[in-house]
Amino acid sequence: MAEKSHQEGHPTKAFGWAARDQSGVLSPFNFSRRATGEKDVAFKVLFCGVCHTDLHMIKNEWGISSYPVVPGHEIMGQVTAVGSKVEKFKVGDKVGVGYMIGSCHSCDSCHNELENYCPEMILTSSGKYHDGTTTYGGFSDIMIADEHYAVRIPENLPLDSGAPLLCAGITVYSPLRFYGLDKPGMHVGVVGLGGLGHVAVKFAKAMGVKVTVISTSLKKKEEALEHLGAHSFLVSRDPDQMQAAIGTMDGIIDTVSAAHPLFPLIGLLKTQGKLVLVGAPPKPLELPVFPLIMGRKIVGGSSIGGMKETQEMIDFAAENNITADVEVIPMDYVNTAFELLAKADVRYRFVIDVGNTLKI
Amino acid sequence: MVSKSPELEHPKPAFGWAARDQSGLLSPFKFSRRETAENDVAFKVLYCGICHSDLHMTKNEWGVTQYPCIPGHEIVGIVTEVGSKVEKFKVGDRVGVGCMVGSCRSCDSCHNNLENYCPKMILTYGAKNYDGTITYGGYSDIMVANEHFIVRIPDNLSLDVGAPLLCAGITVYSPLRYFGLDKPGMHVGVVGLGGLGHVAVKFAKAMGVKVTVISTSPNKKQEAVENLGADSFLVSRDQDQMQAAMGTLDGIIDTVSAVHPMPPLLALLKSHGKLVLVGAPVKPLELHAFALISGRKIVGGSCIGGMKETQEMIDFAAKHNITANVEVIPMDYVNTAMERMLKGDVRYRFVIDVAKTLNP
Repeated sequence: MAEKSHQEGHPTKAFGWAARDQSGVLSPFNFSRRATGEKDVAFKVLFCGVCHTDLHMIKNEWGISSYPVVPGHEIMGQVTAVGSKVEKFKVGDKVGVGYMIGSCHSCDSCHNELENYCPEMILTSSGKYHDGTTTYGGFSDIMIADEHYAVRIPENLPLDSGAPLLCAGITVYSPLRFYGLDKPGMHVGVVGLGGLGHVAVKFAKAMGVKVTVISTSLKKKEEALEHLGAHSFLVSRDPDQMQAAIGTMDGIIDTVSAAHPLFPLIGLLKTQGKLVLVGAPPKPLELPVFPLIMGRKIVGGSSIGGMKETQEMIDFAAENNITADVEVIPMDYVNTAFELLAKADVRYRFVIDVGNTLKI
Repeated sequence: MVSKSPELEHPKPAFGWAARDQSGLLSPFKFSRRETAENDVAFKVLYCGICHSDLHMTKNEWGVTQYPCIPGHEIVGIVTEVGSKVEKFKVGDRVGVGCMVGSCRSCDSCHNNLENYCPKMILTYGAKNYDGTITYGGYSDIMVANEHFIVRIPDNLSLDVGAPLLCAGITVYSPLRYFGLDKPGMHVGVVGLGGLGHVAVKFAKAMGVKVTVISTSPNKKQEAVENLGADSFLVSRDQDQMQAAMGTLDGIIDTVSAVHPMPPLLALLKSHGKLVLVGAPVKPLELHAFALISGRKIVGGSCIGGMKETQEMIDFAAKHNITANVEVIPMDYVNTAMERMLKGDVRYRFVIDVAKTLNP
C-alpha cells in the first residue's frame, strides 16, 4: 500500500535507492515525481555526491527523517525539460541542486537571498514540499526542481568532481566570505580534513589565505601540505605544537562533527579571531567564556549558503579550477560507501555515477 | 634582598584600604605612589565605584591577585599635578581612570586603540607594573597615572554617578558598538539587571534601540520598565514568555557572571543574531553547535574598551545624560557593601565617597 502511494503520488515515474528504516540500508525504490511545473526544471541525474549528512538522515540520527529516504543533495545533471516560465535554463544545460529545494520567499532571510536560513526552508531529501509530499533526493534517475534552486554548472567544471561543491563547497565557502576570512594574507585554520575540510583548504588558498590544517591524524599531514597546498599542519593532540601556534589565526573553519574541545581552538585565534562551526556535533560542547572575553573572540555557526551565493561559489570554483577529490562509485556500492564514510575511510567524497550505474 | 615596604617603595605617601589575603577583608593601609613623571597626571580621588570584579580580585578568585590589594577601577577626581610633557590635562581638570593604567603601546591592539586587548596590559590594581611594583587602585586618596590612560569628565557629568561608567559603562558600550547592536530600530536584550545591565539599558535606549531586559527576578520588572526605560521585560525562568519571544532579538548583552544556560538565550535571537558575553562565568557554558549553525548565530565576548572608546563613551554619556544609579557610601562601609553586592542587594552600584570619608 505504502509503496503504491509513492509510485502513484505524482505523474512522473522515477527510480532510485532508498533507506526504508533506521538500519539505513539502501535498496532499489520505485517512486514518482511531480509534473514539471511552469517554474520547474527537470533533469536527468548524472552524478550525486555522498555527504555525511546523508548518513545521519538514513539512520534518522537527528530524528527528522521521513521514510523511505532517498538521500542525495549534491546532484549534478543535464536538463531534459523546462517549465513555460523558466528563464534561467534550457534543455541540455548542465545544472546542480544542493541541500534545499524550496523556501517561503517572503521572510527577511529569503528577501536577503539567504533562503538557507528561512524557517520554512525545504530539504532536497526527506523534507516536506509545498504540496505536502516528501521530497526525494539525488540517488535517483531524475530530479524536478524550481529553477530558483538550481545552479548553472560552467562548461569547464566536471560534473563528477564538482558535485560535492553543492553541499560541502558552499558550506565552507559561505563562512569564509561572511566572517571575512577571505582576505589575502590572512591566516585561517581548517579543523578536520574530510569532505568539507579538504574543499575549505582549496577555497581559502584560492582566496589568497594562508591555511593551517588542524587534525588529530598525523598521517594526513603529507596530503594536506603536498597535495592540497596547506601552508602548515597542526596535530591537535600535540600540546607543544598547539602551544606554539597560540594567537596566530584570524579564523578557523571547524568541520568536525564529533564532539571535541573548543578551548584549544579558541586559543589558536588572534585577538578578535573567529571560530566558525560548520560540522554539527550532536552533543553539547563546552564553551570557555574567559578566552572569548579577554580576546574579543567569537564562535559562530554557518549552514550551507543562499542560492545566489551558491551560484557565486560554483562560478568561483570553475574560475579557480577547484573541484573535490572524489572516488566515483557505482550505485550498488552505496551501502559499502556509507560504511566506509562512517569510518572516514574516503579521500574525500564518494560520488555515485548515477547516469551510468543506476539501473532499474 | 628585602623588598621595600609599600610605604617606602615610592616617594609620595598615600593612604587607602586594602585586602591582605584571600578573605578579601579590607582595612586601612599606608602605602606610596610614584613621583609624577613627565607623562603622568596626579589627582586627588573624589569617588570610586565598587565593581563586582573588585570582589573577585580581593578574594583572588581568578588566581591573579597580588597582595596587598587596593581595589577600585572606577576612579574619578581632580587633577593636582601634571608632568612636564602632559598635553591633555591641567591642574583642576575633572578626570577618571578605569580598569587599566598601562599597555605595551607597540602591538597591533595598541596601535588600533585597543589597549584593553594588549597582552601586556596593566590592570589598575592587583597587577605587577613595568617597574615591578604592585598597582594600587582607587580606594585610596591619590592616583598617579600616565595621561594616556586618563579620561576627561565633562562638566555636566557628576562625578559620583559618573564613576561607574569607567568600568561598567565602557564594558557594555563597547560591544553595543563593535557588534553593531547600536542601530536605531534594532531590538536588543540585556541579561541581568545589575551594575552592568542597568547601564546597558540606558546606553542602548540612547542609541535608539528597543530594549528587553531578561532577568530571573520578576520583582525587577517595574524598575526596568519605569525607571530605566526598558521596552519590555522577560522572566527567563518563565518558559511561556521565553517561547513567545523566540527569534525577536538582533542581539543580547549578557552581563550575568554566574553559570547559566545559553540555549534559551540563543533561541531569543533572530537569525544572524549575536549573543555577547560580558559577565565572566568561571566555568565553561554548554554550547549546542546546532543552535549557532541553523541560524548563523554568534557568541562573542568583550572586555572593557580602549582608551579612545572610553573617552567617546564618557562624552556620549554626558551628552545623553546617562549616569549610573548609585548608593554613595563611606569608606568604612566597604566590607558590608561587598557582602551586599554579592547578594545583588544594591541598586545598582555602590560608590565610595573617598574624599570625604577616607581618613587615615
